[in-house]
Amino acid sequence: MANVPVLRSRGMLFVTLPEDIDDVVARRMLDDLLRDISRTRTNGVVIDISALDIVDSFLGRIVSEVANCASIMDVDTVVCGMRPSVAMTLVELGMEFPKVTFAMNMDHATDLLAGEVPDALDKDR
Amino acid sequence: MHSIRIDDPDCFQHSIANPIDVVVLRKHVLDRAREMGFDSAGSTKLATAVSELARNALEHGGGGEAACCPCTEPGRSGLRVVIEDEGPGIPDVLKAMSDGYTTGGGMGLGLPGAKRLVDDMKLISLPGRGTRVEIVKWTRM
Repeated sequence: MANVPVLRSRGMLFVTLPEDIDDVVARRMLDDLLRDISRTRTNGVVIDISALDIVDSFLGRIVSEVANCASIMDVDTVVCGMRPSVAMTLVELGMEFPKVTFAMNMDHATDLLAGEVPDALDKDR
Repeated sequence: MHSIRIDDPDCFQHSIANPIDVVVLRKHVLDRAREMGFDSAGSTKLATAVSELARNALEHGGGGEAACCPCTEPGRSGLRVVIEDEGPGIPDVLKAMSDGYTTGGGMGLGLPGAKRLVDDMKLISLPGRGTRVEIVKWTRM
């Protein structure tokens, strides 16, 4: 399976996770994102999961790791487009995402990262 | 341990030999559950549980076999998924079923998490011979 493309716009990095993402591709995406963050000035990372019907503990952990590592590099991570059924499943699985901010959609995500929604990212970071 | 021998044409069988098989299997279970009338949360929970168990079979059991079959009881219908491997088995099943216990790099949510997502889960593990997990989820009517 092909890599997940990492797009850059206005200093932000964007990835859209494909519906059929497997563990190998997910792990590679983590590496690619962190490499891109370390290479150039980045104001935020947006991970779009609107195509995903299933987020299991492995993929959840990858997303959480992106946010943890980005946070250490002083970059915020916003996950957008989570379906209600995925949210219910993650809660029941017991997943936690301490460094992730969640947004409804891409617009909301970029507004958060641009600071246009005040205080939204002030989660003791 | 491979005991999956199902002649039922309604059953979907799939080998788990690489990460793509996990994707194929969970996608099939999701589609099947939707066809059967599971609601959105129910089908997602079942498919996510399958994903957890299939990954376990792949990572800890060296790969395995899976079967997904419709099942009925008076007044209700559902899906039954069996996943088995011929790996080393789970030395301490009780421990493996508790949150936060992990032998790999994960968070230890796989087995206990999968159990919470379904209506019934049976796990048999024989040291040196393999592990068999059977899960059932019923449609809500």
